Amino acid sequence: MEIFRIINDFILPPAKSTVAADHDFLFWFVHLASFLLTFGIIVSLIYFLIKYRRKSEDDVTPVITHNNKLEVTWSVIPLIMALITFGWGFQTFLKQTTPPDDAYEISLTAQMWMWQFQYENGARSAGELHVPANRPIKLVMSSRDVIHSFFVPDFRIKQDIVPNRYTIAWFNAIEPGESIIFCTEYCGAGHSDMLGKVIVHEPEEFEEWLAANAGGGGEKPSDLPPAEWGAQLAQENACMTCHSADGSQTVGPTWQGLFESNVTLTDGSTVTADENYLRESILEPNAKTVAGFPPVMPTYQGQLNDEQIDAIIEYIKTLK
Amino acid sequence: MATAEASSNISKVQVRRYKPEEYAEHNYLNVAKGLWSWLTSVDHKRIGILYLVTTTFFFLVGGVMALLLRIELWTPAQTFVDANTYNQLFTLHGAIMIFLFLVPSVPAVLGNFILPIQVGAKDMALPRLNLFSYYLYAIGSLIAVYSILHGGIDTGWTFYTPYSSQTGGAVTSLVFGVFVVGFSSILTAVNIIATIHKLRAPGITWSKLSLFGWSLYATSIIIILATPVLAITLLLLTMERIFGIGIFDPALGGDPILFQHFFWFYSHPAVYIMIVPGFGIVSEIVSTFTRKVIFGYWAIAISSLAIAFIGFLVWGHHMFVSGQASLASMVFSFLSFLVGIPTGIKIFNWLATMHRGSISLRTPLLYILGFLFLFTIGGFTGIALATLALDVHVHDTYYVVAHFHFVMVGGMVMAFMGGLHYWWPKMFGRMYNQAVAKIGCLLIFLGFNLTFMPQFIMGIQGMPRRYFNYIDQFQGLHQISTIGAFVLGIGFIIAIANFIMAIYKGKKAGANPWGSRALEWQIPSPVPPHNFDHIPVIIHGPYDYHQPMADFQLGLATNGHAPAHGAEISAEKQETEE
Repeated sequence: MEIFRIINDFILPPAKSTVAADHDFLFWFVHLASFLLTFGIIVSLIYFLIKYRRKSEDDVTPVITHNNKLEVTWSVIPLIMALITFGWGFQTFLKQTTPPDDAYEISLTAQMWMWQFQYENGARSAGELHVPANRPIKLVMSSRDVIHSFFVPDFRIKQDIVPNRYTIAWFNAIEPGESIIFCTEYCGAGHSDMLGKVIVHEPEEFEEWLAANAGGGGEKPSDLPPAEWGAQLAQENACMTCHSADGSQTVGPTWQGLFESNVTLTDGSTVTADENYLRESILEPNAKTVAGFPPVMPTYQGQLNDEQIDAIIEYIKTLK
Repeated sequence: MATAEASSNISKVQVRRYKPEEYAEHNYLNVAKGLWSWLTSVDHKRIGILYLVTTTFFFLVGGVMALLLRIELWTPAQTFVDANTYNQLFTLHGAIMIFLFLVPSVPAVLGNFILPIQVGAKDMALPRLNLFSYYLYAIGSLIAVYSILHGGIDTGWTFYTPYSSQTGGAVTSLVFGVFVVGFSSILTAVNIIATIHKLRAPGITWSKLSLFGWSLYATSIIIILATPVLAITLLLLTMERIFGIGIFDPALGGDPILFQHFFWFYSHPAVYIMIVPGFGIVSEIVSTFTRKVIFGYWAIAISSLAIAFIGFLVWGHHMFVSGQASLASMVFSFLSFLVGIPTGIKIFNWLATMHRGSISLRTPLLYILGFLFLFTIGGFTGIALATLALDVHVHDTYYVVAHFHFVMVGGMVMAFMGGLHYWWPKMFGRMYNQAVAKIGCLLIFLGFNLTFMPQFIMGIQGMPRRYFNYIDQFQGLHQISTIGAFVLGIGFIIAIANFIMAIYKGKKAGANPWGSRALEWQIPSPVPPHNFDHIPVIIHGPYDYHQPMADFQLGLATNGHAPAHGAEISAEKQETEE
C-alpha cells in the first residue's frame, strides 16, 4: 500500500478526501489499460515496419480486402471495455457529486476574483475555507458576476459556479492540513490569481475558530487601530489580488504611494487620489480608471459599509 | 467488387488506353500569369493554392502567438506581457487556429485540389461558388484581423457568457468574422457533396470512391448541419451585446448554460470537421506506401459516417461540471464512449493494411506514423475525459489542453503535413529535398511530445488552463514545455522552407513518383489546366494494387457507349496505344 501511495503521489496530488481513493483507482485503471493498448499498437506498428519494409520495387502484396471476424472482434472488445469504464466512471461520479444527508453546510459566494465563505453562525471568511476533518461538508455556491469554478485538486472535486443559480459541491477531508483552491473557469484579468485555501482543522479546533468568528465582523474590532483593520479587510476582500502594497504593478495600480498622488486617467485627465477619489473607486470602480489598466474591477457597493471603506482608506494612507 | 458477369447492371465497354504524358506543356500554373489571374480563377486547383497560402499565413500567426504564450509561461507571474495581453493572446491563438486554420485547411486546400481529380472531374461541381467561398473566407479573416487590431478579445475562443456579454474589446466584430467564415465552410461543403454525387467519372461507383473522398463527404455533412447552429448562437450573442436582449446573460434574465449547449452543439462536431478529413489522408498514404489493397474499405468509409453522426450527440461532455443534470451527464458520457469505437476501428484497419505490405518509409508515411502514435494517445486520453469521475478532476486543466493538442496537432496537423508532402509533387511537379523533409518531420514529432507530454502531468497535478500566473510547483514542467514549443516551431519552419525551396529548386517529380494506383497520379504533374483531356473511364478502385499498373492508365471508351457518371463498368477488351 505504501508503494502504491508513493507512485500515486508522484503523478497525482495527495489524496486528501474520501472520494480521492475511488477516483485514483479508476484513474490508474483507465491509464494503465490505455498504456497497454497503445503499447500494443506501437509495438505491432514497429514490427510491421521492420518485417514488411520494401525489399524491391517489384514486391507483390497479398490481396486482403477485409475480414469481418476481425472487424467484429476489434469493435466488440473495445466496446465492452468502454462500457465497463463508463459504468465505473458514472458510479464514482455519483459518489463525487452526491452529498450525504448529514453534511455540514457552508455557503460560498464567488466573484471576480475572490472566494467568500459564510458559516451557520454568521462567521465569514474570504479566501480561506475552514472545515473540520472527517465530516462531510456541503458547499452551496453562487456567483455575483460571471461563471467561476471551484476546484480542489487534493479532493478531486470541481464544480462550476454560475450566476443566478446555486450549484453544490461536497467533500469529506480525511486529515487536518491545507489544500489549494483554484478557479478553473476563465473569469478575466485576475483569473489566475483567484486562489484560495481549504484549512482542515481537528473538529474541536474548528468549533473554536467558528465561535471566535461568530457574527462575521462588519464592525471594527475594538482593540484594532483603523489602519490595521483596513489591512485585514483588504486581505479578506481580495483587494490585494490586484493591488500590491510594495510598488509592483499587477492587474491594478499599486497602493504604495497612491494617496495624494496625481494619477492620469484613461481619458488623459489628471486627478488627485484623495479620500473622495478612493471612495468613489471602491464603489464605482470604472468611473475613473487609471490609464494603462483595464476597467475590470468589480464594485464593492453593498459589500463594504462606510466604516470598512474608511478603514481601507486609512490603510492606503499608511503605504507611503 | 462484382465481376463483369455477376450483375446485369454493369455496362461493358472497350477501353483504349493512352500513354500518360510525364510533363504536359500547359499546366494550371503556367496557363495564365499575374496576380489578377489567380484572384479571379475559378479553377479548383488555383483556389486550393489560394487557400493554402492564406491558411498557412494564419497558421504562422497563430503559431507565433503560441510561442509568445509559452515565453510568458517561462516564469510564474509576469515574464514579459501583462495578464490582459496574455488573455488576448490565448483567445486569438485558439480562435485563429480553429476557425481560420484547422476547419478550412484540409477540405479547402487538399479537398479542393485533389478531390475533383480523384473523381475524374474537370473541376468542382460549382466552380464560381468555390471562388465565392474563398472570398467569404478572406473577408471573414480580415474582419478577424480588424478585431485583433481594434481592442482585441479576451474571452477565450469559447466566448463563454456572461463574461463575453460583459467584457470590453472587439467581441462583436470577431464573432461576426467567425460568422462569415462559417458561411464559407458551408459553401465549400455543399460543393464537395455536389461534386461527389454528380461528377464521379464512369466507373467510379461508391465502392471505388477514394477514402479521402468518403472522409470529405462525412465532413461536409457535419459542416452543413452544425455550422448554422454556430451562426445562430453568435448572432444571439451579438444581439445581446448590441441591443441588450437577454438570452445568455443572467443580469438580463438569460441563461449562460444555454450558451454552452448551443456553442458545443457546433464546436464538438467541429472537432470532427477538423480530424475526419485527416483520416482520409491517412488512408491514402498508408495504402500508397504499403503498395497494398486497403484493409476494410467499407469499415473505414462507414466509420467516418458513424463518427459524423454520433459526433452530434456528445456535446454535453464539455459540461460535466457546469451544473447540468447528472442524468444528462450520464447520457453524454455514454455516447462519448461510443464515438471512440469507430475511431478505434480505423486505427486497426490501417494497421491491418500494413500487415504483409511492402512498406516504404518516405516522408509522407513518416508523418502518418507520427499521426498514429500521437492520435492514439489523444484518443485514449479522450476516453479518460469521457469517464465522468475522471473528468471532474482534470476538466479545464492542462490535461484537456494536452489532449486536444494531441488530437488537433498530433492528429490533424500531422495528417495535413503528411498530405502536403504526399501531394506536393502533384501540385507543383517538383520533389522536395527528402532528407530535409525527414529532419523537419522528426523535429516536429519530438518538439510536439516535449511540449505537450509535460502538460498531461501538470493537468493531472491540478494546473488549470488559461492561467497567466501559476504556483511555483509547476515551473519546471512549464519550462520543458516552452523549450519543446520552440523545437516544434523550428520543425515547422524547416518543413515550410523546404516546400518553398522545392518549387524553385526541386527536381522534376514525374507524374507518379510514389507508384500509386490512385487516379490523381495518372495525370501529368503539375496538373494540366482541365485535369483530363477526356472524361476517363475507370475500371479498378484506387487501392487495387493487385491489378497491373498498365490497367490504371487513363482510358477512353471506344465502343460508342458513353457510360453514365458513376456507373459501374468493366473492361471487355483493352488495348494500349503506344
